[in-house]
Amino acid sequence: MAVIKMQQINICALRTKRKAIMEALQRRGAVEISPLEYEGEVFAKEETSQQQALFTKSSATSSKAYEIMCRYFPEKSSMLDMFKGRDQLSADEYYKNVERTKEIMRDAANVIALDKSMSEKKADIAKYEYQIESLVPWKSLDISMRFKGTDSTAAFIGTLPEPLTYEQILLELSEQQPDLCPFELELINTTKDMTCIFALCRAEFREMLEDALKKIGYASPAVVSKYTPAERIKTLNERIDKLKNEIAEAEEEIKKYESKRDLFKFMEDYFLMRADKYSELEKLVNTKHTFFMRGYVPEKNAVALKRYLSEKFDAVVELADIPENQEIPIMLDNNPLARPVESVLETYSMPKRFEFDPTGIMAIFYYIFFGMMFSDAGYGLVMAIACGIAILKFKNMEEGLKKSVKMFFFCGVSTTFWGLMYGSFFGDAVTVIGKTFFNADWQFPALWFDPIQGTNSMTLLMFCFLFGIIHIFVGLGISGYMSIKNGKPLDAVYDVLSWYLLVGGGILALLSMDMLKSMTGFTLPPIFLTIGGICAAVGALIILLFSGRGSSPVKRFLKGIYGVYGVTSYLSDILSYSRLLALGLATGVIAQVFNQIGSMFGGGIVGAILFTIVFLIGHTLNIGINALGAYVHTNRLQFVEFFGKFYEGGGEKFAPFKIKTKHYNIKEDI
Amino acid sequence: MDNLGIVFGLLGAALATFLAGTGSAIGVGKAGVAASGVLAEDPSKFGKVLIFQLLPATQGIYGLLVAFLILSKIGVLGGDPNISATKGLLYLAASLPIAFAGLFSAIHQGNCSVAGIGTISKKPDQFGKAILLPAMVETYAILALLISMLAVFNIPGLNL
Repeated sequence: MAVIKMQQINICALRTKRKAIMEALQRRGAVEISPLEYEGEVFAKEETSQQQALFTKSSATSSKAYEIMCRYFPEKSSMLDMFKGRDQLSADEYYKNVERTKEIMRDAANVIALDKSMSEKKADIAKYEYQIESLVPWKSLDISMRFKGTDSTAAFIGTLPEPLTYEQILLELSEQQPDLCPFELELINTTKDMTCIFALCRAEFREMLEDALKKIGYASPAVVSKYTPAERIKTLNERIDKLKNEIAEAEEEIKKYESKRDLFKFMEDYFLMRADKYSELEKLVNTKHTFFMRGYVPEKNAVALKRYLSEKFDAVVELADIPENQEIPIMLDNNPLARPVESVLETYSMPKRFEFDPTGIMAIFYYIFFGMMFSDAGYGLVMAIACGIAILKFKNMEEGLKKSVKMFFFCGVSTTFWGLMYGSFFGDAVTVIGKTFFNADWQFPALWFDPIQGTNSMTLLMFCFLFGIIHIFVGLGISGYMSIKNGKPLDAVYDVLSWYLLVGGGILALLSMDMLKSMTGFTLPPIFLTIGGICAAVGALIILLFSGRGSSPVKRFLKGIYGVYGVTSYLSDILSYSRLLALGLATGVIAQVFNQIGSMFGGGIVGAILFTIVFLIGHTLNIGINALGAYVHTNRLQFVEFFGKFYEGGGEKFAPFKIKTKHYNIKEDI
Repeated sequence: MDNLGIVFGLLGAALATFLAGTGSAIGVGKAGVAASGVLAEDPSKFGKVLIFQLLPATQGIYGLLVAFLILSKIGVLGGDPNISATKGLLYLAASLPIAFAGLFSAIHQGNCSVAGIGTISKKPDQFGKAILLPAMVETYAILALLISMLAVFNIPGLNL
């Protein structure tokens, strides 16, 4: 329920101990190091971007080697892996692996080189195959395709664009050039989109024949060689075979590194950690033999850390309180029920240093509202059990995910509660199954009432507004509490009490009028109209007079009017809580729709099978879409209606220097 | 023309389904196009963009919901199909809020989702905030759904 108190920690130690101290701090993850400004010539900052780049590169190398190994030895993965978290690694294993750094990195480089040569060879094979493909039509040509003729003859080897016969070519040529020189023509091959020809004439007619051929679309072949096509194809095939062998060998070579796959993974993490460490090093200042560091540490860890550092590293550690006018990084502390909702608060904004941490109060409303909107005992059970199993089964789940899963566990419990209150268990599944398959009249009784029946929906709407009013008033109350705590009790009267009077009085007055009788089913005695009216009037007057305080009289009056106009926003805020009813009804009715569709196939075994199928698909869909709706709109009610009344936020989250890895979680004790 | 009641009622159910459904189809379609664009760059964001794409899908479901309620009240799904023309028209009127608010809110929620997908493609950590903005648009579909549902629940009880 609170923002944790931070202390400033100043550490001074010998430079020779710097590496060890930094590593210890990284493993403990309790200190956020702040950049220190230095003065004078004695102190120097260290520029580490080069080392950082080097480590990042090594990390990328290992990552790539790991990916390559995964291609040959894929890791088993399943849908549930996202819950698994990082693997645990003990201190012993960590140090053993670190000692092998050189060897592992050499292997990683080897793997990458092998992989690179393999892909180059594959590219060569593709190139040769293309050449073979374009040489195949020329296979029966028994001279080199570069042959241009002898001293006294001119030869043309090339293609014409369409499949043509000998006669057609002669005909076309004579059409283009009626007085063509004598020549010899040979058809090498005809495919479905070209004709390969060989033409020969006397040397002096070379240009004439070339012109004529070009006019009918003659082109030289793309691939030529000094050998005959058949020979060339044979050589190319030999080369391809050789390359394929080499690739197979390289693959075998890579496979020898199977045992190194996980070590490459480790190295990726290891170098990431080192890069992190060096980027933090830039924040320190150094003298020739010592270094200084300043940071924030949560008060509860401070003394233990101080003792640890001074005993183990002979460091001088100084703890200091932080002046009140200075902001600190924010870390929250809440009871186990509220802690999961911290992440919701975080998506909005962290509180400032002395601001009220609303997580605890928000958690109560969060679970209630989520349950009201999801509102089905069956769905709630599914959700709570699924989340419960996930928490129990995956001990190493990442902290952030664990928070969310826990939150949905509590939401599921609340959903079950509201489902029981409304008498909804997978919609009206109990009744439908009883009627369809057993011809019996089964009921799943509601503990409170079934909102779908008769005018119950109106009653529930009233309760939704009531919850809304409570929610908003609690928000206002926190605002008042903050004002009093900050020593401005009058602000609490002007900005909070006034609204309590205006909104509360207005509601009392409304309830005692006949207008709302049809909705609520009751009216308060007329005396409440008077009381409510007076309260509202007093509240409105306070707002009119004081909401513009601190401005010039004219401006103050206008601001006062605008302040009273703000009552419309309270009206829309309260009406906004009708979504509690609407989404709750939507879940229930959609569930009923699927049950009804399922029961349309009648009883019997076939009916039961079809019912089960419709039931599973339909309710899965409904859970998905309505859980999303309930989550989003619960957030909205908190962020807009609730936080709007008091919360400012804008704090920076406490981001300690710690081990940030992708694959392994290294255990504390190293 | 004795059974005009059921005709009006069915018309109401049809309007609720097809107008709200059209809106959702447009909204989900737009968001889907944007989501595919993000996936081309970064497939790991699939889960997040999928949620954004699904946000405008709810209006179609609300329309279906109201339509289904009307169908069961006017007796199309079994029961007594003899309802008066007045009641039929009342059902038609009851379907209009979700039909039109559904149509337009889904389209605009779709636009908003597209922008939200843009936000998380650049700043994935702002997911919580980005998802809240399209949800604001949905408020009006929910209000319309509420009125449509309350009306449909209470029409059979009217003495007409």
